Parts: sequence; structure tokens; C-alpha cells
Amino acid sequence: MNFLPLLILIPLTGAFLSFLLPRYEKFISLTVITFLAFITLYLGNIVFHNGPIKLVAGGWSIPLGIGLYADGLTILMLSLTCTVAIAVSIYALFYFDSHKQTSDNKDITKSWWPVWMLLLSALNALFVAADAFNLYVTLELMGLSAVALIALEKKAIAAALRYLFIGLLGSMFYLFGIGLLYALFGTVDIIELTHKIQSTPTTLVSMVLITGGLLLKTALFPVHFWLPPAHANAPAPVSAVLSALVVKAAFYTLLRLWLGPFELLVSDLVIQLLGILGASAILWGSFQALFAQRLKLVIAYSTVAQLGYLFLFFPFYHIENANTIAWYGIIWIALSHGLAKAGLFLAAGNILHAYGHDNIHGLKGTSQYLPITLFAIGLACINLMGLPPSGAFLGKWLLLNAAFVSGQWWWAIILLLGGVLAAAYSFRILLFAFQNDDNNIRIHKPHGLMQWSALGLTIGAVLLGIFSDHLLILLSSGAKFGGLNLTEILR
Amino acid sequence: MSLNNSLPLLILLSSFLPGMVIFFLDEKQHRLRTLLNLGGAAIKLMLIGILTWGIFNENVYESRFTLAPGVDIVLHADALSILFVTLSSGLWFVTTLYAIGYLENGPNRSRFFGFFSLCVSSTIGIAMAGNMFSFLVFYEILTLSTYPLIVHRGTPDAMQGGKIYLTYTLIGGAVLLAGVAWLRAIAGPLDFTETGLLSNRTDLSRETLTVIFILLIGGLGVKAALFPLHGWLPKAMIAPAPVSALLHAVAVVKAGAFGIIRVVYDVYGIEFAASLHLLWPLSFLACFTIIYGSIKALSQDELKKRLAYSTVSQVSYIALGTAIIGPTAAIGGIIHLVHQGLMKITLFFCAGNYAETLGIHHIHEMNGVGKRMPWTTAAFTLGALGMIGIPPMAGFVSKWYLGAGAIAANQSWVLLVLFLSGMLNAAYFLPILYKAWFEKQSDNWPAERHYGRYETHWMLLLPPVITGLIALLLGLLASSPYGVLEWVRLIAYREYGL
Amino acid sequence: MNLPFFYACFGILIFLIGLIGLTLQPHILKKLISLNIMGSGIFLVFVALAKRAGLSADPIPHAMVLTGLVVSVSATALGIILAIRVKQLYGKAELPEDGR
Repeated sequence: MNFLPLLILIPLTGAFLSFLLPRYEKFISLTVITFLAFITLYLGNIVFHNGPIKLVAGGWSIPLGIGLYADGLTILMLSLTCTVAIAVSIYALFYFDSHKQTSDNKDITKSWWPVWMLLLSALNALFVAADAFNLYVTLELMGLSAVALIALEKKAIAAALRYLFIGLLGSMFYLFGIGLLYALFGTVDIIELTHKIQSTPTTLVSMVLITGGLLLKTALFPVHFWLPPAHANAPAPVSAVLSALVVKAAFYTLLRLWLGPFELLVSDLVIQLLGILGASAILWGSFQALFAQRLKLVIAYSTVAQLGYLFLFFPFYHIENANTIAWYGIIWIALSHGLAKAGLFLAAGNILHAYGHDNIHGLKGTSQYLPITLFAIGLACINLMGLPPSGAFLGKWLLLNAAFVSGQWWWAIILLLGGVLAAAYSFRILLFAFQNDDNNIRIHKPHGLMQWSALGLTIGAVLLGIFSDHLLILLSSGAKFGGLNLTEILR
Repeated sequence: MSLNNSLPLLILLSSFLPGMVIFFLDEKQHRLRTLLNLGGAAIKLMLIGILTWGIFNENVYESRFTLAPGVDIVLHADALSILFVTLSSGLWFVTTLYAIGYLENGPNRSRFFGFFSLCVSSTIGIAMAGNMFSFLVFYEILTLSTYPLIVHRGTPDAMQGGKIYLTYTLIGGAVLLAGVAWLRAIAGPLDFTETGLLSNRTDLSRETLTVIFILLIGGLGVKAALFPLHGWLPKAMIAPAPVSALLHAVAVVKAGAFGIIRVVYDVYGIEFAASLHLLWPLSFLACFTIIYGSIKALSQDELKKRLAYSTVSQVSYIALGTAIIGPTAAIGGIIHLVHQGLMKITLFFCAGNYAETLGIHHIHEMNGVGKRMPWTTAAFTLGALGMIGIPPMAGFVSKWYLGAGAIAANQSWVLLVLFLSGMLNAAYFLPILYKAWFEKQSDNWPAERHYGRYETHWMLLLPPVITGLIALLLGLLASSPYGVLEWVRLIAYREYGL
Repeated sequence: MNLPFFYACFGILIFLIGLIGLTLQPHILKKLISLNIMGSGIFLVFVALAKRAGLSADPIPHAMVLTGLVVSVSATALGIILAIRVKQLYGKAELPEDGR
């Protein structure tokens, strides 16, 4: 159980060591990630068998001390982080070296590894945080490292700065809200707040501030505008981490707070509003993806759309049984989207590396020169469409069941429409990529491991849809809604 | 894991695993690829033999895989699934042979045969699906695995054909998903049950069940080429001949029709569906499609397009047989699954032969082809006569049962449809036969290739001859106690609870 | 209407001023300053809230303010570096409208 803080300390130490000893940065980083993998597995085993873990660091009891908490959801998010981290790190071993030759920014590798380790420690710290103020700190650390990583690419500086502003704005709102909650109830610990909270006007203001701040960070329509430029222009491994993990972390925070302290305050109007915004995100994001000209921009808009799916949980918030099914559904969509999107961005990076551009119309010959990458893109797109065999299909199935059980069948239409639109923009990419190239354009073939790391992630997304049984049991550990058993729930 | 639990899964793996290996083979390793392909097909047939023998001895075979509590993928062997599985696997074997010959020296063969195997594996999954969820999963995987086959050649026309295919099938899939999810949410696990799992569920709203039925049939109707959802089929003819053969006879179209059979018999149950007044619209739609397809076929000069519209028409016989109440009609519909498969595949093999050997794509180019390619044209003749419904071909047997069933159900107007359809079939097939056998060759063949002693490559010649002969045999030996007809009779009586 | 309440109101006012500045000012440095002003407003509210109990000040909001200050400084530093880069790339220290 003392391993929980290590999840934060190890990458933090790694970051500083990498900064101080740049010659060994790759070795240090890979060691860090290996440790994290083992610790996450170990912790997962404990949570699976014994239930959630609670820890207070430093011996100070709450509300003074820093509380750490790990339940099933935490472990799954940590595992997602770990898996993406492994693939991205392997990818980055080769990406930055070759990128250095073609980029104007010769210092690009100098900053990648240390800041990446910082981001990793921030992510881990966020997922195990047990109090709302800690979440603020980790959100900030995560945000700042993310901005720094985006800015590694010259073309992305403006987007990085915009993201910084929006992120800070969101954090300010969040901080303000937390302060008000503390003033009213004397604690920021999530579990304690859940017990102590009462509905007052100030609490409502606080909830609006916190939710607003987190929505900015999760890029929910209509405040999603910062995401496409940031994710599209950042270096490929950074885009992968951003779409897969960073935006999910903000949503995770929102989910924790809404399923805990804010439970009393949630009104039907608000949850339907969130659902409508989510649906708009799905439709708007998919439409934009359909018309974007650059591959990475298509993928970035796809992220906007996929994040909308996550908000489709909220309309079912108050309905017994439907809320259980929907909760499991969106977690599954979030996890498989994380894997698939990261793989997709890495694959896009491969294409950028090979062709020197990522314009959709210039993608011909991918099936001949980069078959592994194309296969990765194909699998990722299957996940985006929500077709079997993928984790997203299972998530979509659960959400559809929730929609029909609760009688709110219109969300089913949105879900299915989203799938069809995703197919439209996915096959648009694939159509161009499947064309044969007769001119024999010169390409710089990326290292094999760069292609395989992308493929590995997307295969993971598919496996999430097949070997889901035990993971779902893990997810139920400490879950507010209890275990998922469709047969019992649906009569 | 006993044999009873694993046999259905093994049957699926027997094409899936070789397929996965084939993806990674080098283009030049054609011996290994052929070995994997045909070896897998042979193993599959063997396993199916074991399965059938086991079923005769009252064994139960089911492979169940849990995705989540209450969400199971089930592969179950019942009488209907064995029928479809045997048909698919047998036809897959000959199609593989044909495809090897057809694509010789073509590009990207490893990719092709990899997806080919995936396609068959999905069809096996559809055939053996034990509940509606599993059926849906494999149904969608089928769409995904057939797409690369359609666009295999990579030409702009092929990509366009693929795009249209996807538009239709993915939207259809979404509609089907809506129906299945809705039904699951209100009715519990949708395990296929003879005489219908919903038949005793008086607690469910009849209006809701009607809407769900429309969604299900709509989603399935895309693949089954029911009017007006058939538009993708003629456009998909751009695919290489083995793919067209597969699509029309073995996999996609049959999957849709099979789905309709499952929904009407094993989900709703024939009596329940009738009480909801769902059957007469279905039979009406089927009849309309039968006539419509045949009329459109008349105006096509491209051989494959004519065959495509013929499929649109013929597959609706299956839907019709399902929609008419009574085991006799059911026999007609289900047996036509087998017969149409055999006859249509023969026709497509022959069309492919004409294209490959002589460069013929249009009917007006076919004058005198019977002299140049007698065996192929003989097989084509068998297939065409079967389509028209002339005894002793198998097609006649299906029509006989459909007609008899219609009379027994007091829906004699169906006889008119069958008669008209037969006439139309004759109208668009007989001229081809006449041109082929009795006209003199008018021009040089568009692009001739010589294959030595035989009229064409032996791998292209053997499959249509085999399938044509089987179609003939099934018709001749229809009344034999061990034939397919007996098996179908068993299925139909079980579905009616007799 | 005791003193802490008065300070809290002022804090909210300062926060709003900063927010308006962030939204309306095009120059990046001015945006950064606005963010800092917003932060100061929030911190003022926190300090005021620390005195809500009356006699002795609650140290926890003070700790939060300190943390917030550190975060603010780091964020501003990062923002300034990025502002310099933007000026180098685009000629003026304003976010390009297109943002692609």
C-alpha cells in the first residue's frame, strides 16, 4: 500500500534526473516506466481482491494531510496511462532523433524526456488524488507540462499559448469553487465532502464554477475550439498523450466530483443540458472531421466528437439501473478511445515522418509503404466507429441499453448517428490511403518500432472489447453504482 | 474445455487462424498460402462433419464467451446453423480454389486471402450465433472484412463501389443495432429459441415490438437486398469474380437472409409474428422485390449486373418463404438458401471465366461462346435452368415447396408471383443460352487467353462444374431420406413446434 | 458586514476585472497580467474566507493561497517564454486569429 505515492515520486525523480543527466535521459525514462508498469499491476491486483485503497501521506490526517485513494476506476485510468506511456516512450525513442534532422528546432529533444516524466507524474497524481485541492494542483502540473510539450513544435506555439490561457482560466474557476466549498464545509476531501455537503446558493455557485472550469479543460462543445489546433500541431507523441490522457483527466475529475459531493445538487435540467452539449460535440466534431484537410486535424476533431460520448452519461444520472449501465459504458468508451486515439496519432506521426506532410489527398501508397501503420489506422477507426470487435462497441452497446431501459431513446439516435459519421470520416482517410501510388514518391520510412507501437495500442483497444470481463469486475471495486450485471439489471 | 464447448469455436478458428498467418506471408509464398487456405477449408469441413455426427447422437455444442455479465458471445449448433455452416464452408472451399486460379500473379494476394478468410470466419460466426447479440457482432465484422475485398483492385471505380457498399451496410448495421439493443433492453437475453423467444412474452408492448421488427428487418434487409435497400449490390459487382461469388452466394446476401429467418422464427416465432400482423407486409415486400429484380435484370447488358439483379430477385424467395405461414413454405424458403447459393455461385464462376479467358463482360459479346468454352457454358446452363425453376434442377424444388406452401396458407396470389418470376427469369436467361449455344461467334473475343488443353485454367473450370452438378443432384435426389431436403424439413417442423 | 466579507467582495471584483482583461485584451502580456490579477482576486477571497470563523485565522486557505501563488508564478513564466516565441515567429505579441 505504500506503493501509491511511488507512482508519483518515481516519475518525478525521473524527471529531475533526466534534466540533470541528459545523456541518460532515455534510459532513466524507460526505467521509470517499467517500474510504473509493475507497480500499477501490483496495485491492480490488490484492488481487484481487496477493494479500494486509502492512504494518507506524511502521517497528517485529513484535512491537513494529502489523501490518496485508489479504486477500480483509478486503477483502470492508471493502467491506461501506463500502456499509453509505454507505447509513446518507445515511439519517442526514435521520433525525436529523426525529427531533429528535419525540424528547425534543434533543441527539441532537450526538453522532451524531463517534461514528459513531469506530465506522467502529474497524471498519476491526479488519478490517485483523494481531495479536491490536490486535484487542482495536479491539474495545473498536468496543464503546464502539456503546454510545454505542445510548444516543442514551432508551428504549435500559438495553439500552446491559447491552451495555456484556456487551461488557466479553467483552473481559476475551479480553484475559486474549491475555496468556496472549503469555506462552507471545512474540508476538501472528496469522501468527507460527500457526507457534509448541503444545498445552499453558495454551493450551487461553487458547483457552477468548478464544472465550468472543468468543461473548459475537457473541451466540451462549445468551448472546444482550443483543442483541434493544439492536438493537430503538436508533435505526434504529444498529441497522442493529450487526446488519450490529458483531456480524460479533466473529465475524470468532473466525474469524481459529480458522483460524489455534487450528487445532491444535480438537477434534471443540468444533466439534460450536459447530454445535449455532448450530443452537439459528437455531431459538430464529426462534421468538422469530415471536411478537414489534414490528417492530424481530422483526428483532433474526432477527439472533440468522442469526448461528447462521455457526456452522454449525464442524462441517465438519476435513473436507477440506467445510470449503472451508462457509467460502465462511458468508462469503456473512454478507455478504448484512449488507446485507439493514441495509436492513431502515433500512426499519423509515422505518415508525417514518411511523406513530410499529412495532407489527406497526398496519402496514396500508404498500403504499399506503411502497411503496419495503415492497419493500425484501420483498427483505430473501427474503434472510433464503435464497431465490433472493439472496446468502444461494448461501451456503445451498454449506452444503447441504458438509453432504451430509461426510455430516453433519442440518445440512441445520437449514438448511432455518431457511429455512422465516424465511419464517414474514417473511410475518407482510408480511401485515400488505400490508393496505389504509381509514381514511387520518395518516403522516409519510420523505424519499425514506431509503426509497431502504434499498432500495439490499437490492438489493445480491440482487446479491451474482447477480454473485458475481469476488467469490468475490477471497475466495480469501489464503484458508486455497484457491479454490472446486465441480466439482473434488465430483468 | 471439453469438445462440446470448444467445437463451435474451433470451426471458426479453422479459417481465422490461417487467415491471420496469411496476412504476413510474402507475395511469393504462394505454395504456403494455398496450403493454408485449402488446408483450413478441409479442416473446417472435417470439424463440421464431427459436429453433425455429434448432433445426431444428441450432443449439445455451445461455445460461450463472456464480455460482461449479461453480455455473452455464444456459438451454438442447432439444425439451422449446421445447414448454413455446411453450405458456407463447402462453397468457401470451391471459391478458394477458384480465387487462387483467378488471382494468379495478381497483386496483393496475401492481403486478399487474409481478408477472404476473415470473411468466411465472420460468416461462420453468423451461422452459429446463438443469440441476437452474437449475430450482430459477427454481422458487423462481416461488413468490415468484405470491404477490402470489394476495393481490392484499388481503381477509382472499385473505391466508389466500396463507398456505396459501406454507406448502405453501415447504416443498415446501425439500424439493426438499434433494434437489437432496444429488444435486449426490454426483453432480456436474446437467445435463439425454436418457435420464438418472444412468443410467450405478453408483457411487452405490441407497438414497440412492431417497431423493433421493422428496425430489425430494415437492418437485415440491406444485406438481403430487399427493395429499396438493394442499391449497393449491382454497384458491388466491380469486385473480382471470386468476391462477387462469395458475396452473392456464400456470405453477405445469405447473412441478411439468414438473419431474417432467425428473427422471424427464433426471435419472434412465426405465430407471434403473424399475430402482430408483421408477416403480410414482409411477404408483400418480398414479392415486390422478386418482380422488381427480375424486371431490372432484363435491361442489363453487363453479365454480372444482370446476375446481380437476379440475386436481388432470388434472395427474396427466402424472405417470402419465411413470411408465409406453414412449414411447407418454410421448407421452400430455407432450402432456397442452399439452392440459390449453389446455382448463383455457378453462374458467377462462369461469368468470371468468360471475363478472364475471353475478356467478355457484356452479353452482346457472348455469341458462340458455347463452342469455345463448352464446359463453362454447360455449367452456366445448369445454373440458369435452375434459376428459371425447370425440373430436375434444384431451383424447381424450392419453387414447388413455396407454391405448395402458399396454397396451404390461402395465399394463392403468391403463385402468380412465382409464375411471373419464372417467366421473367426465362426472359433474361434463355436469350443468353441461345446466344451462347446457337449463335455464331460474331467478332473476335475482346481479350483471349489460352490455357493449353482445357478451355480455361483448371482451377477456374472445376468449381463451376462441381457446383452446377451438385445443384442438379440436389434436384434429382431431392426426395432421398439423407438429402438436404430432409434436413430442412426437420428444421421447418421444429420451428413450427411440430 | 464585517471586514472579511468586504475583502471577499473586493476579491470577487478584482477577479472579474481580470476576467474582462483576459477576454478583451489582445496583447499576450496583458492577458498574462489579467490572469495574474484574476489569481490575486481569488487569493484575496481565500484570505478573507480564512477569517470567517472570527477570532483566529484558518491556516488552510493560507496554504492554498501559497500553493496557488507558486502555480501562478510557474504559469506566468511559461506564458512569458511562449509570448517571446510568438513575437519571434509572428512579429507581434498577439495570438494569431486563425490559431491553426
